[in-house]
Amino acid sequence: MTDVQASGPVLAADGRPLKRSLARALRRQKLRALMLIAPLLFFVAITFVIPIGSMLFRSIENNIVGDTLPETVLAIASWDSASGELPDEEVYAAFVRDMIVAVKNKTHTRLGSRLNYELAGISSMFRQSGRQVRKWDPVEDAPFRDKLIDVHKGWGEVSTWALIQTYSGPYTSGYFLNAVDLQLTPEGIKLQPEEKRILIKLFIRTLVMSLIITGACILLGYPVAWLLANLPTRKANLLLILVLLPFWTSLLVRTSAWKVMLQQQGVINDVLVWLGFVADDSRLIMINNQFGTIVAMTHILLPFMILPMFSVMQTIPPSYLRAAKSLGATNWTAFWRVYFPQSIPGIGAGCILVFILSIGYYITPEIVGGTKGVFISNRIAYHISSSLNWGLAAALGTILLVVVLMLYWAYDRIVGIDNVKLG
Amino acid sequence: MSAENGSDGFVTFESVQKSYDGETLVVKDLNLSIARGEFLTMLGPSGSGKTTCLMMLAGFETATHGDIRLGGVSINNIPPHKRGIGMVFQNYALFPHMTVAENLSFPLEVRKLDKSEREQKVMRALDMVQMGEFGGRRPAQLSGGQQQRIALARALVFEPELVLMDEPLGALDKQLREHMQFEITKLAHDLGITTVYVTHDQTEALTMSDRVAVFNDGVIQQLAPPDELYEQPTSSFVAQFIGENNALHGEVQSIDGDVAVIKLNSGDLIDAKPVNVSNVGDKTMVSIRPERVEFNMSRLAEGSHTLKAEVLEFVYMGDTFRTRLRVADNDDFIVKTRNAPDQVRLKPGSTVDIGWMPSDCRALDA
Ligand SMILES: Nc1ncnc2c1ncn2[C@@H]1O[C@H](COP(=O)(O)OP(=O)(O)OP(=O)(O)O)[C@@H](O)[C@H]1O
Ligand SMILES: [Mg+2]
Repeated sequence: MTDVQASGPVLAADGRPLKRSLARALRRQKLRALMLIAPLLFFVAITFVIPIGSMLFRSIENNIVGDTLPETVLAIASWDSASGELPDEEVYAAFVRDMIVAVKNKTHTRLGSRLNYELAGISSMFRQSGRQVRKWDPVEDAPFRDKLIDVHKGWGEVSTWALIQTYSGPYTSGYFLNAVDLQLTPEGIKLQPEEKRILIKLFIRTLVMSLIITGACILLGYPVAWLLANLPTRKANLLLILVLLPFWTSLLVRTSAWKVMLQQQGVINDVLVWLGFVADDSRLIMINNQFGTIVAMTHILLPFMILPMFSVMQTIPPSYLRAAKSLGATNWTAFWRVYFPQSIPGIGAGCILVFILSIGYYITPEIVGGTKGVFISNRIAYHISSSLNWGLAAALGTILLVVVLMLYWAYDRIVGIDNVKLG
Repeated sequence: MSAENGSDGFVTFESVQKSYDGETLVVKDLNLSIARGEFLTMLGPSGSGKTTCLMMLAGFETATHGDIRLGGVSINNIPPHKRGIGMVFQNYALFPHMTVAENLSFPLEVRKLDKSEREQKVMRALDMVQMGEFGGRRPAQLSGGQQQRIALARALVFEPELVLMDEPLGALDKQLREHMQFEITKLAHDLGITTVYVTHDQTEALTMSDRVAVFNDGVIQQLAPPDELYEQPTSSFVAQFIGENNALHGEVQSIDGDVAVIKLNSGDLIDAKPVNVSNVGDKTMVSIRPERVEFNMSRLAEGSHTLKAEVLEFVYMGDTFRTRLRVADNDDFIVKTRNAPDQVRLKPGSTVDIGWMPSDCRALDA
């Protein structure tokens, strides 16, 4: 039809292949676009990529043993912990040499705390021995085996050295194992002792309670969103302000308000007692437990469910419902078969928002959750600021991230992420 | 198919009033009776209350006063889904999350028909609108005209006796509109269903309907078959609203049976048929259709009044000529003539005599 030949590359006016000219023209455009978003990229890198990357890295990183006890790590490598015999004098000597340097640099207590995560009590061993070892000379005071055992009898136990050997590598799976209630021992992977097995339970509790909160938000939010979308504009605006009102108050204030409401001497109990539904000596316990967390978090996350639902419902013209009724559907059928399916994208968006927010929520469970109503994030915060076990905190955070991504993936497979609309 | 106003119609509005805000009446005292199988169009300017009437009939709005009956039974208290009235909406309102076939099968499902019967009826309805192959598509994958057909098929698939359509062709281009106008009327007549059709396109109203109800300001101004509406408007509103109209303003000088002499504001005298003037001295607007103006005075009766007119503009339109004249101070007096071999083509600037049969010139309310 045209005089361009079907075979051979199409040429631009200057005789170069059209494809290459196009690519060149596009490249300049892309470069300019890239420059425009460069500040944003920079910001994202600083605030997301690097912190998350470093968290992922920290959850497996274990350089501290090798850095603090370099000679010991080399010497102990050939020792067989299963033999039941203590390591040779060579290992003890290497350890003392390493300790003398470490004490000078004040790094031995840090190593003690690190190993203490795996074996309680080892931290004080390091501190005590540090004070003695400081006075020794690595050559003249040899041999060290008995001296060390004198300082602390823990150095005479195979398990101590086996632990150092197990954790001598630069990377470890120990934090992740701890995060799922396992531990890495010289004999292999084992369950944590009964009383320390709390994290899996916490993970499950976090997921289940987040699901309950999301469900409660759907149930409470759907009618509100429906009203918002269907009331006359002026009333709807007023209602919208009421929905957004909580955002104007501090999260802390709102959570504390729930404390006032729910505690045993609180408003709700007082009212129930006054109405005679509850006896004065058997006031309901509604705070510092899971119930408190669910109530307060549902309240706090509700707007995140209502707003996406509302913006989706707003786009559903009322004529659909009318059409359904004119075709013979009852109010319920018209709603269920025609309106509801079209509002699902809004529910989906709200669910993702609420669920992901709640799974990582910290402040509210901390204040109203007591011990039974706390989330995994409270545990992460504890390990970051109190126990200073950052590796475990990082492992927990990483698992949380993976769980969220997996749920997101599952959601995409089941509902389809294209089915999520924010308006 | 002409139905008289009365209580024996299939659909009856009896002194129906409607107010949304409790202050103004959107529909004022509506009386209307529609015969079984009739195609009735509600025509009127925007905001005149057409949709409101339709919604009251469908059950989505309640009448503030009065009685609406369907097949002799008052339906004021019957909810919409039990009225069994098919409805085509202006934006079609096809359910976007269902396929075309599911859309059509929806009214059958809620009526609990079994599967094979449903499929059979859906197929028949799709064939009826020549959309047999499109059952598996989503509404969004159809063109405007195709969606229109599906909306029509969905309103008909459960075999309602009454179908309401609110400006169903509003979103289509002119050619498709004309085609669909034809198809809708044909379907309605073939199936023998009663149709109430709302439009503000007068051509649509005239070409499709058995009768047209012209609405203005919540009141039916005239209810008549299309030809009567065009040729014998009973009020100045209808004369102006339907078709092209030349209006001249004046005062009744004398009435003698079927002919009145009107003294125009310019002082000229003309003959007209008194329609809603009865007394000498009444202010009046006379209405003459552009194609009923005569240049050939020999065709007029002896003693007829004629007017001098100055030709302002001549437009050649192919099948017709359209001439704009200045007549009795009116600069916008249009005359349409057929393009016949002997027809004169008037030159702008020239002066001609014009006249008309008194019966074609109607003296209406001012
Ligand atoms: N839901 C409502 N609430 C309040 N007033 C309304 C409502 N619906 C319609 N009206 C008013 O009633 C009057 C008639 O409206 P209606 O929709 O019946 O007009 P219409 O003849 O269908 O006009 P159009 O040709 O523009 O569709 C208008 O003045 C309109 O403002
Ligand atoms: Mg309307």
